[in-house]
Amino acid sequence: MSSRAAWRLESLGFTKVYRYTAGKVDWLANGLPSEGAKAGELKVGKLVRKDVPTCHMGEKIGEVARRVSSADWDVCPVVNAERIVLGMLWPDDLNSDPESTAEQRMQPGPQTIRPDTTPHDAQQYFRKREYVLVTTSDGELIGVLRHADVEEQEDK
Amino acid sequence: MPSSIERDQVLKLVEGGAQIVEVLPSEEYNEEHLRGAINIPLRVLTRETTSRLDPAEPVVTYCYDYQ
Repeated sequence: MSSRAAWRLESLGFTKVYRYTAGKVDWLANGLPSEGAKAGELKVGKLVRKDVPTCHMGEKIGEVARRVSSADWDVCPVVNAERIVLGMLWPDDLNSDPESTAEQRMQPGPQTIRPDTTPHDAQQYFRKREYVLVTTSDGELIGVLRHADVEEQEDK
Repeated sequence: MPSSIERDQVLKLVEGGAQIVEVLPSEEYNEEHLRGAINIPLRVLTRETTSRLDPAEPVVTYCYDYQ
């Protein structure tokens, strides 16, 4: 949509036209200033943990598990070179055959939410798991939302 | 040709006085938008509605995300 708008502006004689491709989601997820009726309302983009380790499909589970453990995590999103989420390694998957690959053990198509979801609305995604992935609508990984972080926020 | 830019470049352009335009519908703009952005929804983006923009200054368009 912003691309079409940028082209339209050029057609109207504007010569210095730029398109902020990552858009409002990216801006708000990074805590940059905003205005409007819901400005300042807490969104999960501000709670998301961006330090979660990731891995690629061809990596051995043993190597991935060591890296994940040393970073004090017990899950690992599987991504491609563009950080698009392809799958998820849950604790059981990380404890499986260390010689198997992430592709063989990952759970494909994990549930994801957008960073502008409110903590209250995010609660429904924690019925089965303690984590949910936060991505752009294109599937690019932003980070992992922990149930504990949402609960702590809801208690405030 | 319009250039695709990332957040850091947007910040620099904003510091330099660039015009920021959210092209989403007004309902979404009213809920929350980048500070200083104006709203010209794509479906009403015409010569008339853009007359308040300065064609000589940079313009940054954005929507929700990679759409």
